Amino acid sequence: MNRLQSVVILGATSAIATAVARELAEHGARLFLVARDGERLEPLLQDLRVRGDDASATRILGTTADLADIDTHADVWAQAQEALGSNIDAVLLAWGTLPDQDACNASVATTLEAIHVNGTSAIAFLARIAPDFEQRGRGVIAAIGSVAGDRGRQSNFVYGTAKGMLATYLQGLRNRLFFSGVDVVTIKPGFVRTPMTEGFNRAGALWAEPETVARGIVKAMRRGRDVAYLPWIWWGIMTVIRLIPEYLFKRLKL
Amino acid sequence: MTTSWNRIPRVAHAAEVSLTRRGQPLPEASHPLLAHGLGRSYGDVCLNPGGSLLHTRDLDRFIAFDPDTGRITAEAGLTLDDLLRFAVPRGWFVPVVPGTRMVTLGGAVANDVHGKNHHHAGSFGEHVRALTLRRSDGECRELTPETTPDWFAATIGGLGLTGLIETVTLQLMPVRSAWMRAWSQRFDSLDEFWELDTRAEREWPYTVAWIDCLNPGPRGEIGRGIYSGARHATTAPPRDRYREPRRAIPVDPPVSVVNRVTLRLFNQLYYRQPVHPTARVVHHLPWLFPLDAIRHWNRIYGYKGFYQYQCVLPPHAQKDGMQALLDAVAASGQGSFLAVLKRFGDRAGPGMLSFPRPGATLALDFPDRGNETEHLFRRLDRIVQEAGGALYPAKDARMPPELFRGGFPRWEEFASFVDPEFSSGFWRRVTK
Repeated sequence: MNRLQSVVILGATSAIATAVARELAEHGARLFLVARDGERLEPLLQDLRVRGDDASATRILGTTADLADIDTHADVWAQAQEALGSNIDAVLLAWGTLPDQDACNASVATTLEAIHVNGTSAIAFLARIAPDFEQRGRGVIAAIGSVAGDRGRQSNFVYGTAKGMLATYLQGLRNRLFFSGVDVVTIKPGFVRTPMTEGFNRAGALWAEPETVARGIVKAMRRGRDVAYLPWIWWGIMTVIRLIPEYLFKRLKL
Repeated sequence: MTTSWNRIPRVAHAAEVSLTRRGQPLPEASHPLLAHGLGRSYGDVCLNPGGSLLHTRDLDRFIAFDPDTGRITAEAGLTLDDLLRFAVPRGWFVPVVPGTRMVTLGGAVANDVHGKNHHHAGSFGEHVRALTLRRSDGECRELTPETTPDWFAATIGGLGLTGLIETVTLQLMPVRSAWMRAWSQRFDSLDEFWELDTRAEREWPYTVAWIDCLNPGPRGEIGRGIYSGARHATTAPPRDRYREPRRAIPVDPPVSVVNRVTLRLFNQLYYRQPVHPTARVVHHLPWLFPLDAIRHWNRIYGYKGFYQYQCVLPPHAQKDGMQALLDAVAASGQGSFLAVLKRFGDRAGPGMLSFPRPGATLALDFPDRGNETEHLFRRLDRIVQEAGGALYPAKDARMPPELFRGGFPRWEEFASFVDPEFSSGFWRRVTK
């Protein structure tokens, strides 16, 4: 079982990351949160300090940064280590956007931007912190991918490309860091009721609450799971979707 | 489609927006706005047909908590479920809880909800120390009972019409465990209920009675039931753990499974459940929120939905009035699943439109049988009106405007505090 007593959460104001932060704060963890929008980060820090009995604001800290901008990464990582000490138990990467596929189809720049925010920028951060974890020989690195990364579909494949790239990178990193005792966890949520998916028709049994997914993430991080589909039913769904032969799949409107 | 808990009425909204942070500007729209929390009211106080709903579910952050005084400030979309989870392990309790904990703080304020401890603790609004209210013109008002008594009284029980309630400051109540000492006893008639109630209410801060409104007692009159009382236990049992069963009604049955046969059977069985004349220790969750253990229980009535009918009768008319109501229900043959009878304490709610007031309240639910049901409601309305009583807006989808105006005489004074851009299906219906 991995300790989750000092955790860095990047992209902390996303609904799933917020729910993870709450779960950890309630268990008394020390947290360092990073988010782009200070107007949303401050109320979240306040919330977590109440939940985590940290009225003096010594255990739950954070900073604002646009993590899509790779130039911020060195400073963010330095601040996190200063806040939590160099013995950080875990890092969770949770920033991202859900790009509009039609807008991507119409613009090369939008496509590349979406791939950068959801894929390349996360890989840049992982590449930066991996040596530190490797050296210490313990800890958990987790990143939120997506079931969309498992197969390219016409409705959502730019997002899927970025998340697929991230998943492959994590796979390799897991292999590399295994030998130094560091767990690398790929989280693949299905449909989650969050502000990111507002506008979808979200009725139906496949839609999960962020709190449910967050509990799954914390559990997967504690146990050092390799890949966690959340909720687990998505493992079955994606297995079926991956097995559909391409000559048939290309004819589908999924 | 967004509906309330009883799924009547089914109406379309022009827009539904999720609010994600406090201070967020309200959408500018040509149609009226209304905040919507968890949609646990019955009817259209939380609906705004043709208008906009502002979903407050994501406004669920804690803001401040003082562990010494038990005063808590949070965003209005925080649920009582979350608040209890936070407070109980720290030795505090929400001083007033309704029959479900799946409601938001904002909803509890806007409906000035009451609980089984009304005779002891009053309604929810009595424990609210401050509110922030965002008006459609962008102004944010700080409301307290001392500094802004009129705005405060308009917003407590104000059905969300005075603007968007953004934050709530609440005084919690200290408890020494998550458990309760609870006691229950059968009674044969309403006469026995009143007698039992007079004795019990001094000793038990929480009291409630269930009435079998289909099967008469031994003397042939309707009014047999089970009386229960409870108080917070001072110590936890040796095994201080409780796991709430998580059952759910998975799908909508094609027709309501609540019908004459199942109702009669259910009422018989319920009456015959074991009672506990000597107090025993139970966890607060099953005692206060028995129905929360069955998720989507509203589905038993099928897609068509159901009605709640909850009224209050003033003290001088409560005995005869309650008997008349129960007799009318029994005569109609449209029994109710859970008829709940509770005597309020001798205090009026703090809001201009507060429902709790001295007297007794009866809550009934009915499957929708169209005209037949509306016919019964009119008979019940007459009894309530003659007694000088009122119906509970949070449980209403059909009361006539006269009944609302008679039951809430301060409604015109209240109307001057309504935000010009806010409205609801209920408000338009009763002020027509």
